[in-house]
Amino acid sequence: MPRPGFVLEVDRSTPPILFWRGENFSLEKLPADRSRVIYAPEPHKVIDDIDGAINHALLNPVDMDPLPTLLVPGMKLTIAFDDISLPLPKMTRPDIRQRIIEAVLDMAAEAGVDDVHIIAALALHRRMTEDELRHQLGDRIYDAFAPRGMLYQHDAEDPDNLALLGETAHGEEVEINKRAAESDLLVYVNINLVAMDGGWKSTATGLASYRSLRHHHNTHTMQNSRSFMDAHKSELHKSNWRMGEVMRKHGPKIFQIETTVNNDTFPKPFDFLAKREWEWNGRDRAKFVAAKAGLNRTPPRMARNIFHGIEAPHNMTSIQCGEVEAVHRLTTENVWKQQLVEVQGQTDILTMGIPFICPYNVNSIMNPILVMCTGLGYFFNLYRGKPLVREGGVVIMTHPTTNEFHPVHHPSYIDFFEQVLTETTVPHELEARFEKQFAQDDWYRHLYRTSYAYHGVHPFYMWYWGSHGLQHCGKVIIVGGDAPTVHRLGFTPASTLNDALEIASDVVGRSPTITHLHTPPLMVADVK
Amino acid sequence: MRALRIDRNTGRFMIARLASGIDTGSAAKIGPLTLGEADAPALPGVGWQRVYPRLTGICGSDLATVEGHASTYFENWVSFPFVPGHEIVGELDSGERIVVEPVLGHAARGHALPFEGAAPGDGDDYAHLALPPLEPGIQIGFCNSTGGGWATELVAHESQIHRIPHDMSDERAVLIEPLAGGIHSALQAVESVRGVESPVIAVQGAGTMGLCAIAGLRTFAPHAHVVVGARYPAQVRAAKELGATTVVDASELARTVRHVVGCHIVGNYLSSGAHVTIDAVGNSESIGTSIHITRPHGRIVLMGMPARVDVDLTGLWHRETELKGSYTYGTETLPDGSRRRTFELAIELAGAVQTERLLSATYPLEDYVRALRHAAEAGPRGAIKIAFDLRPELLKTDKSKKAENR
Repeated sequence: MPRPGFVLEVDRSTPPILFWRGENFSLEKLPADRSRVIYAPEPHKVIDDIDGAINHALLNPVDMDPLPTLLVPGMKLTIAFDDISLPLPKMTRPDIRQRIIEAVLDMAAEAGVDDVHIIAALALHRRMTEDELRHQLGDRIYDAFAPRGMLYQHDAEDPDNLALLGETAHGEEVEINKRAAESDLLVYVNINLVAMDGGWKSTATGLASYRSLRHHHNTHTMQNSRSFMDAHKSELHKSNWRMGEVMRKHGPKIFQIETTVNNDTFPKPFDFLAKREWEWNGRDRAKFVAAKAGLNRTPPRMARNIFHGIEAPHNMTSIQCGEVEAVHRLTTENVWKQQLVEVQGQTDILTMGIPFICPYNVNSIMNPILVMCTGLGYFFNLYRGKPLVREGGVVIMTHPTTNEFHPVHHPSYIDFFEQVLTETTVPHELEARFEKQFAQDDWYRHLYRTSYAYHGVHPFYMWYWGSHGLQHCGKVIIVGGDAPTVHRLGFTPASTLNDALEIASDVVGRSPTITHLHTPPLMVADVK
Repeated sequence: MRALRIDRNTGRFMIARLASGIDTGSAAKIGPLTLGEADAPALPGVGWQRVYPRLTGICGSDLATVEGHASTYFENWVSFPFVPGHEIVGELDSGERIVVEPVLGHAARGHALPFEGAAPGDGDDYAHLALPPLEPGIQIGFCNSTGGGWATELVAHESQIHRIPHDMSDERAVLIEPLAGGIHSALQAVESVRGVESPVIAVQGAGTMGLCAIAGLRTFAPHAHVVVGARYPAQVRAAKELGATTVVDASELARTVRHVVGCHIVGNYLSSGAHVTIDAVGNSESIGTSIHITRPHGRIVLMGMPARVDVDLTGLWHRETELKGSYTYGTETLPDGSRRRTFELAIELAGAVQTERLLSATYPLEDYVRALRHAAEAGPRGAIKIAFDLRPELLKTDKSKKAENR
């Protein structure tokens, strides 16, 4: 029986706590009697017979007829699936998406459906490489569909392949992939890594155009989503659900397939990273010392390759299919079961180690914009109820935060860092002054469509993602960050955690309460 | 008179060149430059006056000479030994304060003007620069006959002398010569974007010359988007203060121009680019970058003094880019069609630009080693313009001698 999440009150006997620092980590001693550490629940058991569970779900959907009854010869079937941004790290083969899509294809073949397209729901993310697609879908699907042009990636900038379905009552345009929109049935295959994934966000975001996405990927929405993980308090969720209404009326019939995974994040020999430090045995300590010593001597590029080569042992804990909203309600419950940790009250200082990966740098570089987004966008928002840190409190991250970008994946990020953040770091202001130009830049558009680049507007979205955190916190400190780069982000660099706590005392006084979010593995703090 | 002098000493030039490659600023100590007493230059003839420098700037071309980096091109256009220094605010025997337009033009050398009212820098035949009655020399500061501003005394022709207003400080006036150079380059840039609704002008380098070009662009092309690549924080600040639209690290200039223009990058080249690029650096890398970032059929104004460079000109050829040298100043045709001398424009503009803010430090002549090191390291040390302050020397100048000259 996996143990639930746990909040450790730090005392003098508490060992140093693990902090991620990009492609490295450190052990940090937290002040006794006023610090606490939040640990994720232990990984839930995965389904024993995954293929059996998939078949069962497809045949027993929620509020919809079984999939085989929806499949008829001559129909236009489109299968869309979540892209490389999740799960994190990538899972060992076979990926859940491969298993599900193979099952759907088997049923389609049995029903005599031969007009089938498979579309990666990229939204404005970068296109995936052949290797990445093969990893997700398996060689059988790739070889059968890709050469015939029936497996491809959504292009949010292809005007000929987008369809405007209508507008919400709030004037939000709903424009999605034309093939998906004109299909007799759209099967969406999701992996719900966190609570904000899935539901109408799968289609209304994953298959949408910039014209549509801009209605909810903006500062106003993000600052009024408290948090993204809590559907009831998320403007992002509400906007996607409004768009869902339009899709329900004017879009294709959707058969939503949602899955959850457990948080078994690290394979051996990295499994100690998910353990509670006081439970480390001699072997764990030896592995830490060896890994740390090795990483200290490893060039950053090689260290990056090592970490991005990790294939996580996490796997499917639930699958539910059918009507979008009914399915998503079940999915969210299953996500909460794995991730929720009850926490009493807020803290003055929230510390977080920023790891090597976030949804937008798989097989890539965690650039400074993504550090901000991971810290203030994702980790800060891993709460339900109230933010873990009190308003005006301090967030301390640990990460090298070098001025380094992947030139192929993140070209507009480089310009955002050099040309936008040098002018302003205020989300509303940079949105008003610069977003349109980046979004409409022809070169970025070209690279997004033909190369492996995130859309020109994507760094703005990353900044908006962190805008609630920015607005909420009195100060943000990055320990171990390259000073000029950290300054450019508008944050304060510190050499050590102790220095950071000293700096933070200007804002929160001499004896602040401290909470360390021991993630990954992923969790959500249910703050009472 | 007290003077810093450069002798023709090939060995010392070579040592200076080697030394400056190892330790920036060391060339002043061991190179061809010496401080000592020298005979004041004789007045070459009618129309010449003695000038007693108050402040004299240290220019990049002066440093190149001291450090032995100047091109051998100049061997036939200068005369040794000479006293460097051509950014001069000084006073005449009459006590009037003046700035010197240093180019030794037709009038100064007793040759017929290329056209009526020509400025010293005008004309399309430079024979006069190498012919008697003066020794060869493109300008004061490179001519044995006239002396230069790094001394307590020199001579200048009436055609080179511009009286300045009483209320203009020496600190402001000493920047007039580089400002004139900046205006000249700016007008060369503006000329090629005439009729363009939203021109994009890139400026590489934000030392004194780049900054003066920015000031010129802001005056004569206020509608242009001026994108500047600067290396140091002080340069970034100054470029912004002078009105550059966008200032970025020099390494980001190409990306920024691309973004402003909204074009593509193909290999190292922008598919389009800036309408004009002012290259205020003038080395192989900067000229290469200028070609990369200037749009096909655009213009590069080469403001920084180059020497021998290694540049792939295929792009220049293919894109039919115009590469235009920009040496100093002369008579300008303004956007409204009127014609003015650049120096007059610079004197008028100096107040609005507040050129004195570009003057970072002054040194006495005796402290020339430290002064030249500071100038050579200006960027990293947060400085823009370094100058010699000769006013204490001027106070010591024998009043009777000045009276005698009067």
